[in-house]
Amino acid sequence: MSSLNKKTFFNSILSYFPVLILFISVLNEIDFNFLEIEYFSFNFVYILIFYWTLKNPNLLGYGSIFIAGLMNDVVIGMPIGISSFCYLLICAATAYLRNITITPNFINDWISLLITILLVNSIQVVTLDIIFSFEVNYMKYFINSGFTFIFYPLVLLLFNILERKIKFQSND
Amino acid sequence: MASSRDDFVIAIRSAFLSKSYQQKFSLLTLLFLSLIVLVLGTFNLKAVQYVKMGINEIAYRSSFIASIPENYIQKLNIQFREHMDVYKNYKKNELLFDELKKKQLSNEFLISENNRLRKLINESIQSKDIYAKVLIDRDSPYLKSIILNKGSKDNVKLGMAVLDDTYLVGKIIEVNYTNSRVLLLSDLNSKIPVLLEPQSLHAVLSGSGKNHGVIEYTKEEYNNKLDIEDKIIVYTSGYGGLFKPGLPVGEITENKKIINFFSDFQQIDYVKIVSFEMQGED
Repeated sequence: MSSLNKKTFFNSILSYFPVLILFISVLNEIDFNFLEIEYFSFNFVYILIFYWTLKNPNLLGYGSIFIAGLMNDVVIGMPIGISSFCYLLICAATAYLRNITITPNFINDWISLLITILLVNSIQVVTLDIIFSFEVNYMKYFINSGFTFIFYPLVLLLFNILERKIKFQSND
Repeated sequence: MASSRDDFVIAIRSAFLSKSYQQKFSLLTLLFLSLIVLVLGTFNLKAVQYVKMGINEIAYRSSFIASIPENYIQKLNIQFREHMDVYKNYKKNELLFDELKKKQLSNEFLISENNRLRKLINESIQSKDIYAKVLIDRDSPYLKSIILNKGSKDNVKLGMAVLDDTYLVGKIIEVNYTNSRVLLLSDLNSKIPVLLEPQSLHAVLSGSGKNHGVIEYTKEEYNNKLDIEDKIIVYTSGYGGLFKPGLPVGEITENKKIINFFSDFQQIDYVKIVSFEMQGED
């Protein structure tokens, strides 16, 4: 009986973990800027959304991704709705990948991430530059995409451990 | 060929329209919703503005709380670096102190002379200061801005100058009820009229997206007049009536085009929001 109670409590905490990290990341903008390395920045939220919507979309709802996007726009100061649109485009890419993939493969996922973030960042830059007349640094976006791509395997390792724990708890 | 196209269409349709049992909305619905939000945001409708302000209030406060651990690490990092540079900084400050002591005497004379002259032409500058705490200072690669804990309820208005001690750091670009956003001088979209002294050259200071500004739109004589051996101090010119004239911004040392800001935008904790009014005969 006590085991059942324990399971419910840990399950609820762990199953909300991806959503929790997503909101903390958009509100905190985790990018290690305090290291003051010029040009160094990566988009942790893109990796997070890509991973969880590809591996286990039930743990990260599209609704929370949409709200997180709105929050991100407010914190960063971009036109409200643009991040939500970009995040949901990543979800669309992962949903498509899930539909066409029979056996998941790390290299395929990794390359798909690169193509997705390049596409999403291009849409964001074009929208900001042409429609909203924001002056944007193309190089920074490009480098940001590069670092996001490079950091994926590292974050993947951490998320794989977390996902195994969540699966283990829910099968317990 | 036709079958592979069908597969593609089915995969796309399934990606956008299908939803699992835990998803409340389909992707397509939410994509349309975000587009609607994006379009509505461009209109200046009152209802949209109120909703926007509500979201801003919640997001800024939540972001402040969520940033506490990272800010703590950031502060530790700065403290550590300062500790390591104590001796070097002491020597540098000693020299600077001697230099400033000499300058102070002549400055006092100039200030009193300036006040006397302003009185003669019956002109005075009335300024109002509001002190604010920096809530969020996310150094985003997209926008260089900070969020302050003072808003419209404290009489903060759009366009007001923001100072770090006496140095200009930016201007207010968004005002909510209890907080406001400052566009820093380093942002790509920031452009302010400045005066380069002692050459008395007017120019426009533009942000570069990095921790320095660049000089734009000067007359051709700029390159000829500029003697790089001199240290050039950049002040606000007051053109356009947005900023009080004479606010120190930064200095040009080595590169003719680059302005190093006096204030370190990554270490601002408290700022002064300033509005001013020129009063005179005209």
